[in-house]
Amino acid sequence: MDSPVPETEFWTILLLPLAAFVVSGTVVVVRRLRIADGREPWPSEKIAPSVTIGALAVGLVLSIWTLLEAIGDDGHAFGFAPHELVDVGTLLIEVGVRVDGLTAVMLVVVTGVSLLVQVYSTGYMKGDAGYARYFAYMALFTTAMLGLVLADNLLMLFAFWELVGLTSYLLIGFWFHRPAAAAAAKKAFIVTRLGDLGLLAALILIWDRAGTLNIAEINSEVVEAVALGLFGQTTLTLFALGLIAGAIGKSAQFPLHVWLPDAMEGPTPVSALVHSATMVAAGVYLLARFFPVLEASATASDTIAWIGAVTAVGAALLAVVQVDIKRVLAYSTISQLAYMMFALGVGAYAAAVFHLMTHAFFKALLFLGSGSVHHSTNTFDMTKMGGLRRTMPLTYVTFVIGTLSLAGVIPLAGFWSKDEILIEAYHHNEAIFAFGMAAVALTAFYMLRTVYMTFHGDYKGGEQPAPGEHGADPSHPHESPINMVGVLGVLAVLAIVAGFVTFDGEFQTWVLGALPGGGEGHFEWETGIFIGSTVLAMAGMLLATLLYLRPRVNLDAVRGVWPLRELHHLAVRKYFADAIGETLLVRYLFYAGIARAASEFDRLVVDGFVNQTGRDVVQLGRRARLVQNGWVQSGTVLLALGSVVIWASVVIF
Amino acid sequence: MDSDGVPILSILVFLPLAGALLIALLPSEQIRTHRFFRDMPGTQQQRARGIALAIALITLVISLVLFGLFDRGADESFQFTDEFTWIRADDVGFTVKYALGVDGLSMPLVLLTSLLTVVAVLVSWKIELRPKEYFAWLLVLETSVLGVFSALDLLFFFAFWELELLPMFLLISIWGSGNRNYSALKFVLYTVFGSAFMLVGFLALGVSAETFDFREIRSVDAAAAFLPAQAIFAFILIAFAVKLPVVPLHTWLADAHTDAPTAVSVMLAGVLLKMGGYGVLRLLLTIMPDIGADADLALAIVGTVSIVYGAIVTMRQTDLKRLVAYSSVSHMGFVLLGVSALGVTGLSGAAMQLVTHGLITGMLFVMVGLVYDRTHTREIGEMRGLVHHLPLLGAGMVFAGIAGLGLPALAGFVSEITIFLGAFGRHEAPVIVSLLGVLLAAGYILWALERTFFGPRDEKWSGLRDARHWWEFTPIVGLGLLIVLLGVYPSVVLDVLEQGVAPIARGLEAAADGLSVATPGGGG
Repeated sequence: MDSPVPETEFWTILLLPLAAFVVSGTVVVVRRLRIADGREPWPSEKIAPSVTIGALAVGLVLSIWTLLEAIGDDGHAFGFAPHELVDVGTLLIEVGVRVDGLTAVMLVVVTGVSLLVQVYSTGYMKGDAGYARYFAYMALFTTAMLGLVLADNLLMLFAFWELVGLTSYLLIGFWFHRPAAAAAAKKAFIVTRLGDLGLLAALILIWDRAGTLNIAEINSEVVEAVALGLFGQTTLTLFALGLIAGAIGKSAQFPLHVWLPDAMEGPTPVSALVHSATMVAAGVYLLARFFPVLEASATASDTIAWIGAVTAVGAALLAVVQVDIKRVLAYSTISQLAYMMFALGVGAYAAAVFHLMTHAFFKALLFLGSGSVHHSTNTFDMTKMGGLRRTMPLTYVTFVIGTLSLAGVIPLAGFWSKDEILIEAYHHNEAIFAFGMAAVALTAFYMLRTVYMTFHGDYKGGEQPAPGEHGADPSHPHESPINMVGVLGVLAVLAIVAGFVTFDGEFQTWVLGALPGGGEGHFEWETGIFIGSTVLAMAGMLLATLLYLRPRVNLDAVRGVWPLRELHHLAVRKYFADAIGETLLVRYLFYAGIARAASEFDRLVVDGFVNQTGRDVVQLGRRARLVQNGWVQSGTVLLALGSVVIWASVVIF
Repeated sequence: MDSDGVPILSILVFLPLAGALLIALLPSEQIRTHRFFRDMPGTQQQRARGIALAIALITLVISLVLFGLFDRGADESFQFTDEFTWIRADDVGFTVKYALGVDGLSMPLVLLTSLLTVVAVLVSWKIELRPKEYFAWLLVLETSVLGVFSALDLLFFFAFWELELLPMFLLISIWGSGNRNYSALKFVLYTVFGSAFMLVGFLALGVSAETFDFREIRSVDAAAAFLPAQAIFAFILIAFAVKLPVVPLHTWLADAHTDAPTAVSVMLAGVLLKMGGYGVLRLLLTIMPDIGADADLALAIVGTVSIVYGAIVTMRQTDLKRLVAYSSVSHMGFVLLGVSALGVTGLSGAAMQLVTHGLITGMLFVMVGLVYDRTHTREIGEMRGLVHHLPLLGAGMVFAGIAGLGLPALAGFVSEITIFLGAFGRHEAPVIVSLLGVLLAAGYILWALERTFFGPRDEKWSGLRDARHWWEFTPIVGLGLLIVLLGVYPSVVLDVLEQGVAPIARGLEAAADGLSVATPGGGG
């Protein structure tokens, strides 16, 4: 199909943030050089946010235009021919953009949320020593995410996928002087890369078996070939499982979820971008992109459905016991992504993408709200907050809107998308549906708990900045500046209205247009499920109100009751996931066990053999030297012996 | 394509040697000399490095011109050839030719060698101990490596191969650090051990074929030699496996790297190791494709073991330079894995890995060297938070590190993915196991960065000065840009390499087909 939008537009969307990265990076380096020379810092740090925000603003406008065009086309792909990059032997590597309804939605979400986060960051990061460097990383991160979304083949997607991993490494470890941040950055990269091995294996497998990496070809021709029995079902399942491995790494699903809570060491706007609209959404996007493959393999669908179902409840339970506001949101993110995952597993493709979008808005809002609180109190520890609704009314109102949207309260955005997932899960698999419903109650509970601990009750004084660190004076909490609160306001509006796109089914139609067959979207409604989920959410909220608003019960006593005591202990220790994964497997089994054995083997056996051989040769030389001692007598004896040997051998043979 | 009478390749190969002589002939400062020499500008150090840089740059320019003029058409034979017959067959029964030429495989390696020599001269800019000899030996080293990559005759190949030992031994044992005499000797003995076998193999081939011009030596000559063809293959392979290096013949590498001066580490990792991979492709698989095709599974397994075992051992290293050295063992395993694919994709990937690893590990050694110049320690445990004091070097180190762990859009990824895709069809399990190397690389590199550059400010290092000289920036920026260029637009080199390995791959595939046809028939 001919595109109503020129291809250059998409390269512009992709390359503008890259240009912003280059400019910002140059600013950082030039300033550093001049400071080292003892000269005036130049050019201004403000260039970095200006170019980044400018690039993203243009990108957003172009993305919205694309979305409007995509609507006109019912979300079908614009046909752009790929460009050859490498042609070696039988390997043809191409780069190209694929733009359809799914891409267009992702473009708008990514550029939109990224733009808002950058505007917010001009306030939040003000005065930080790495101000310009921060925006340079953010620009590169956004480039990587946009490239991932635009890629028309799996290799290009994988390349940008890894770039997302790298830039998130740089952003999580942005405050590299904190050991926890440096360790968290490394952990995030390595854990997600563990999943990426699966994606890489899937890539290699499909190229070897199908001879193509093109997404459209895999989704249509390969899947059709499987249906016709021309292509191995097992191969397709293995391919899908590889994709799932990559997706659960990036989207922090069990058992590769362990990196995300630690990643909260990054600056809060980073969490807002990386852990709402972008990096973690990449895993969901990947599976949505290859939805026809997932659909064609029951094993793969069931796998991701169950991983999602378990993660949704498991992560929500962990969110309940956190006292760090960002960690509540981190586990909440894992739990919400799990909704999208099991949605894809039960065939609710459009609903998953719908929830991806609404979640991007309300979760970015919540993270940025927690950043606003930190900006004023200098802490993320909710036990040191309280009562902030009086001093930070705008943050409070927007945070509550985000909370209600996340909790799935009608008519906010989160309700519509979550409900759609639950309806489809109910029709497909009731066990999965039950997990989804349980998570509804837990979500409402932990979010209300967060609101009460943060904004209600008495203020507990915040936390003094560490010596030498940049931070606010927590003794007089205050509302954040307009560039931060304004962004909260915009996101709050989106967290309310973004769900309304579902009513005429048009959103679903765009997203379905990305599938080979396309499809007609329609609004779904089940009164029973609406009542059920609302009752559960209300129950969760009510319980949180009883326990946390003006606690009439002793919380410690509640935690002491069987089985809550054991459950609480388990949750506080994160189900021992870090103890098993990091301590037992990586530190003891691998590093102190396998790696130590290998390096000792290398030193003592392999190299030891070499050195021993050297010593032996030297010894041999010393012995042999005794023969050539220069004495005539010994020479004569040897001559005589030699003659005897020769004579004897002549006689014998 | 001939060079119209101008022996351009001979000039390229021997120009550094001439430069070395020129430097060696500079008068010593201790001796009274003619006024002409006394009035020469600068100190002896400045004169020596100036000449060395000029010669290295001219060599680089010539290489670039050759690369530009290189015919990227269907012509797969050697270009810019210079040759004359040195020993005639009618006199002694075999022909020895002085013959130089480059094809798609060797051309990029020649360019890489001249490029890294410039880098090596620049990172040696402040060398104070006996600068004259130092720079002279560095240039001799360049001649020997260029000779290896362009020789077309087994005996000249061997001569250049051995010539490299002399400068390497002296550069490590005089200008090195730590246990330098031990390391230099170990390097030489190990190489000579391999070369002895190689020479036997070469003699067997040459005598049987009645020529040492390896363009004319074929598999049938190996079959007719006084040694079994498999033995010839194995003998020559030992030399290349030592050089590459391949587990378990790798332990010289870590010692040599650790104790060598920075420039020598750059040359060692950047180009000397490549001689091993080049030799496998250029000689073994070209002359004896039938045995190579037979040994593909063994090559794949040895390559995989090198990748995974090398990476695991890297994990435990506590010396930053040793860590980079061990990572080379892992990365060179990819070369064997690519070779084991036997197809043009895998071979191109293997050849590309030679080039990209040269750039990336060259840069890593430059960075480690520049850091060591300041901290005077390479112990990872003693460093911490260096990036507070050395932000620009830190940025360079992080860049080189992430290039080393194979991040897409940087050069290393291109060769790794090409190798994986090329080799999977033939060796599924080794490829899947090798993927672990990618994960482990992320582990050891990021962990090393975390412990050395990140973390709280350590006032112990507050006196350190960040990079600020042109001779520090030029190698960092230059190598960095090339790593990005090859990562984003690899065809600029990959197409040339493909042209070089295509005939090798055809030979291998024909041999492999012959095997699969022959085997059911009982081998006749």
